[in-house]
Amino acid sequence: MATVAASPTYTDSAGSHRTGIMDWLTTVDHKKIGTLYLHTALFFFLVGGVEAVIMRAQLMGPNGTLVSAEVFNQLFTMHGTTMVFLVIMPLSAAFFNFLIPLQIGARDVAFPRLNAFSYWVYLFGGLFITIPIFFNAAPDGGWFAYTPLTGREYSPGQNLNFWVLGIQILGISSLAAAFNFATTIINMRAPGMTLMRMPMFTWMSFVVQWLIILAFPVITIALFFMQFDRFFGTNFYAVSAGADPLLWQHLFWIFGHPEVYILILPAFGLVSEVLPTYSRKPLFGYAVVAYSGILIGFLGFGVWAHHMFAVGMGPIADTVFGVTTMLIAIPTGVKIFNWIFTMWGGSIRFTTAMKFAIALIAMFTIGGISGITHAAPPSDMQQTDTYYIVAHFHYVLYGGAIMGIFAGLYHYFPKWYGRKMDERLGTWHFWLNFIAFNLTFFPMHFAGMLGMPRRIYTYDAGQGWELFNRLSSYGAFLMAPAFLIFLWNFFRSKTRGEVAGDNPWDAATLEWSIPSPPPEYNFAQIPMVTSRYPLWDITHPERMAGIPHSAEGWDDAKQRTGEHVTSGGKHEADVAPMHIESERRSAKELGIPMPNPTIKPLWVAAGILVLFSSLPVMYAGKNMIAFAMMAIGGSMFVGFLYAWLTTPMEDAH
Amino acid sequence: MAHTAAESHAPTHHYTTTGLDNRKVAIWMFIGSECMLFASLISTYLIYKGKNLVGPLPHEAWTNPQTGQVMPAILDIPVTSVSTFVLLMSSLSMVLALAAVENRGKPVPPGLGGRILSSSKLWLFMTCLMGAIFLGFQAYEFTSFVHEGLTIRRNLFGSSFFTLTGFHGAHVTAGVIWLGTLLAIDMKRGLQPKDAVWVDIAALYWHFVDVVWIAIFTLVYLIQ
Repeated sequence: MATVAASPTYTDSAGSHRTGIMDWLTTVDHKKIGTLYLHTALFFFLVGGVEAVIMRAQLMGPNGTLVSAEVFNQLFTMHGTTMVFLVIMPLSAAFFNFLIPLQIGARDVAFPRLNAFSYWVYLFGGLFITIPIFFNAAPDGGWFAYTPLTGREYSPGQNLNFWVLGIQILGISSLAAAFNFATTIINMRAPGMTLMRMPMFTWMSFVVQWLIILAFPVITIALFFMQFDRFFGTNFYAVSAGADPLLWQHLFWIFGHPEVYILILPAFGLVSEVLPTYSRKPLFGYAVVAYSGILIGFLGFGVWAHHMFAVGMGPIADTVFGVTTMLIAIPTGVKIFNWIFTMWGGSIRFTTAMKFAIALIAMFTIGGISGITHAAPPSDMQQTDTYYIVAHFHYVLYGGAIMGIFAGLYHYFPKWYGRKMDERLGTWHFWLNFIAFNLTFFPMHFAGMLGMPRRIYTYDAGQGWELFNRLSSYGAFLMAPAFLIFLWNFFRSKTRGEVAGDNPWDAATLEWSIPSPPPEYNFAQIPMVTSRYPLWDITHPERMAGIPHSAEGWDDAKQRTGEHVTSGGKHEADVAPMHIESERRSAKELGIPMPNPTIKPLWVAAGILVLFSSLPVMYAGKNMIAFAMMAIGGSMFVGFLYAWLTTPMEDAH
Repeated sequence: MAHTAAESHAPTHHYTTTGLDNRKVAIWMFIGSECMLFASLISTYLIYKGKNLVGPLPHEAWTNPQTGQVMPAILDIPVTSVSTFVLLMSSLSMVLALAAVENRGKPVPPGLGGRILSSSKLWLFMTCLMGAIFLGFQAYEFTSFVHEGLTIRRNLFGSSFFTLTGFHGAHVTAGVIWLGTLLAIDMKRGLQPKDAVWVDIAALYWHFVDVVWIAIFTLVYLIQ
């Protein structure tokens, strides 16, 4: 709206008395934690991308000799693990952190310190699982680590220990964050922000938190079994003791399939914000989009064995899981059509964010259709463990999740940093990336149909795979510069981008009603919401004809209009009807209590890292050192946790 | 009066969409997550039931073909029934502890009974004590099983039994430490009704751990 002359900045907070690195190490502000997640995940994106490029260089022609089979095993294992657990989930977490409180009209998440803890555990877990690659000891059992290959008998090295313990550490981070965000969404919404008025990103995030809450404990147990087998000689996956080798596969995929939706639903949420904004129309069929998200989450727990058609579960199990898998295409298809109808008749602006969002619709649809072809067990028998599967899941995870996240990044960058990313570079990034992506993964369908198996480190000439592998490798080599353009644009625009103003895209949800970047307290006065697109009620009432309005939920707000005292002794109402805030003040001036920064969550997370690190040391036979590390890690964990819980979150007021 | 004045400034913190405290919402979700954790453990135990290649076995006697030695069924249901009873009773004292904290400041019911009922320290202590007794029974059970030749490496039953009941025992241990910390705070400065939510979430956790034990006791011990 109003032109902003001064350069926007984060450091408007007179309340914050720490600067520099300590500010980041002790922060409990959801926006800063989101920023930490974002940068760490982009770093790991680079790592996972380098792994992919090395693999494609190895496979460019037959009988490649760039890397050994051992190194190749580590590369594909770490590429998958990195992209799933260290890139897409944390990029989603960056948006959960930054956006959820802003979208629901809250001043922070429900548990700000737990939020910092989640980030530090993620960082330490990511380093724990990544650093071994420099010692040629990275995990090498595939990202789903099938037993008995990954048992001590067949994988005696330390490699798998880093995987099993690293995923365990990352699970702690995801679960802690999920409890936090689900509580935030249930309990911290602004007056009038009923469930059916939540922005769609918050809706999809809400579903994802439930998936994490219910799916991660299953992998936790499966990992504990593997850990006990490897470290203490139990028999959970020991076929020689009568164990069923499929137990791991079932437990893994009961987690693993909901995990797929954990990866994709946040991206669905992001494009559901992007498409209405640039189509200048409300989201078509809001309620159905929300319900189909819930249905995807629900059905997602009933399809896991479609990853296991080849193991011989029998015709009844195969049929049931084939049918449930096809069913899940219905709510997904509903979403696709809703997005298309959102654009239909809209007056579309083709910004970079919009291009990425449309790319998601198209590319995810291709991935979805190839997915249906292996929902049918007989067809899957031909495709399983081939490059066709690799093509499929890159179309849904890169073409879906990553495209959606890029759309979200270009869309929300101005809110995050107060400046726009460069649209010209963005266009270059989009087209290069789009072409490179299809060049890399589309030929894999053919290579797979011609029988090329996944995970082979090399292949002989004369099987008809050369052309497709060559094209895929060219595509991968093109994808790297596309990503570098993005990184250049991202870091450059932080300081040199065009100053954006509060609502540069003319968007409709609460996060755009406050300054960019948001002040530490987010909302000086919590807005009272009457509709799904509260900001358009003010800026574009003509778009709001079909949208229901009511003052539902305002009764509760009356309790909180009880005024609170500001430091200047003035009285100000804490909540106010929907309004635009462009004034930037400090929390102290406004008398809004903010949680104190604290380093304790970092130390608790470090305690967990030391505890888990003791196990590989024990595996190496150095028991005394391992016990010492356990004692140190355990006391760090207990001591700092006690100190954390007995320190009030904010100063008495 | 200064105290109440300070409290009146705080409604912003107590306002939530559902009216429930954040911690209470979170503990319910944590319990939901824990259900999946124990469901995975219990399912694994049940899947591996009857698939052992060697004994000792839970409900049947087993003859070692090499030594000719006969090993009796290993589970001792009467002893575990006692520890189960103790653990269930601890839920009762947990309820009384929470009620005592919530009602602090209200008039104490007359007589000795009223004073006993309103002592949160007593009931927190009793809950911890009964939890510790349960753990003592479990330690006794584990050691006697090991003496009878059932270790965590011995067979599928050993691996899945010790892991399942061990996870439950670890949860009880965490609960005893948690309640013990609350007891220490109660003795130091006295828990007030405003602290009741801390006791409340500890109690929800404790009851959950109890309920899980009912499932384990039924599925592992009682059903042959």
